[in-house]
Amino acid sequence: MYNEKVMEVFRNPKNVGEIENPDGVGRVGNASCGDIMEIQLKIENDIIVDAKFRTFGCAAAIATSSTATEMVKGMTVEDALKLTNKKVVETLGGLPAQKLHCSVLAEEAIKKAIEDYLSKKK
Amino acid sequence: MVKTPIYFDHAATTPLDKKVLDKMMPYLTDNFGNANSQHVFGRNAVKGVDDARDTIAGFINCKPSELYFTSGGTEADNWALRGVAHAYKNKGKHLIISPIEHAAMIVTAKALVKEGFSVDFMKVDKDGFIDLEHLKSIIRDDTIFVGCMLANNEVGTIEPIKEMAKIAHEKGAIAFTDAVQAAGVLDIDVKDLGVDLMSMSSHKIYGPKGVGALYIRNGLKVESIITGGHQERTKRGGTTNVAGVVGFAEAFRLAMADREKNFEYVTSLRDRFIDRILQEVPYVKLNGPYKTNRLPANADFSFEYIEGESILFSLDLAGIAVSSGSACSSGSLEPSHVLLSLGLPEELAHGSIRFSFGKHNTVEEVDYAVEEIKSAVKRLREMSPLFNAKGEIKNV
Repeated sequence: MYNEKVMEVFRNPKNVGEIENPDGVGRVGNASCGDIMEIQLKIENDIIVDAKFRTFGCAAAIATSSTATEMVKGMTVEDALKLTNKKVVETLGGLPAQKLHCSVLAEEAIKKAIEDYLSKKK
Repeated sequence: MVKTPIYFDHAATTPLDKKVLDKMMPYLTDNFGNANSQHVFGRNAVKGVDDARDTIAGFINCKPSELYFTSGGTEADNWALRGVAHAYKNKGKHLIISPIEHAAMIVTAKALVKEGFSVDFMKVDKDGFIDLEHLKSIIRDDTIFVGCMLANNEVGTIEPIKEMAKIAHEKGAIAFTDAVQAAGVLDIDVKDLGVDLMSMSSHKIYGPKGVGALYIRNGLKVESIITGGHQERTKRGGTTNVAGVVGFAEAFRLAMADREKNFEYVTSLRDRFIDRILQEVPYVKLNGPYKTNRLPANADFSFEYIEGESILFSLDLAGIAVSSGSACSSGSLEPSHVLLSLGLPEELAHGSIRFSFGKHNTVEEVDYAVEEIKSAVKRLREMSPLFNAKGEIKNV
């Protein structure tokens, strides 16, 4: 069901963990649905300099968390807000249809973390 | 070093026994006849089918004329429930099943509700045992069908079917059991159990896929669901799967010949595994009964704070094949209906893995799996937002 790329990212996910004093935190999903994703961002001058995640979920949820955090590193918050789940899925070379919601969670977690940063900045 | 991949998914299916294949081969080649043909080729095929029917009927203590071959357990389940409902609808339209049945029963029951039948579920306790007092309280004069698995496929609970059948019969209802996981593992006597219908499958006991059987007590009316030719005493159309039926009987014969030995051996693997996991993995819950009245092959665990499918694939990468009772592997996002019926919270139901052992597994494989499970669970928990890096639980 999963392609090689997804399995490889699941086997060796990047950016697992927490950031000390993160500038933005986004937590989405809930345990009863079987997915919780928490993404933490370190942001300097509106540029994402570090991103970490912790995920409770299936292999696809872990792979999309890793890929999404990898993708936003180095991006401006403006560009990161434009990150879509579709781009995450494309980077992974595709996901089974019933797993697309995992990529949506990744997109939402990134957006929520940025919104958290922007609200604190005000 | 153990050889991988290791197969711990025998409740899903088993490898075909070489001896079974040898018995089947002539019916795939020289004795290829249609069992419905009049000529010598047909007669040779009929001989194979008749012998197979005699063999299996003997093991479950029914008459050969009470045994009907099907395409597997799902068809047998469908046939039993739908066939009784349609044949007895003038007597009553109330059906009772357990909430932890296979989808073959649950989905069929839901379809019957659309046809105007009503379905009630008997309660099960935390270990999956059906509540007989509850059954007594919901059974009615218009109840026509009461059914439950003899042994549960997910959590291994061996159910009090004899008592269930007695309660059903006191109210004039028909008693059914799904023995797909139990046939060839437990010693089954349909007369002693008192059931009127029982479904079985071949590929769970080292037989071929695509063949099963339904026991229908003589005198019972069961409407056909597959209509066609005169096969199976005109009750089930379709050219008989001669090689499959012959293989099923040989698999059954082998299972019964070594039944006690295999029961004891597989139980010893299961118990070693259960005890090691409970002792060595923190925050884990065994689903189903602890050892007693549990299928020898089955161990089902919920690992807290992590999700089942990610455990399944972690173990797959380590060369261990298991099943996840949770959402994602089945393509549905719903957690296991069996675990929810046992009262597990959704997050625990999502984190479950079923291990099912077989006669070819070894102690070394069990020990290897325990070590791999420990490291996979640790790694996934380190990734989980519900669990912090120090291994202490976050208050969520």
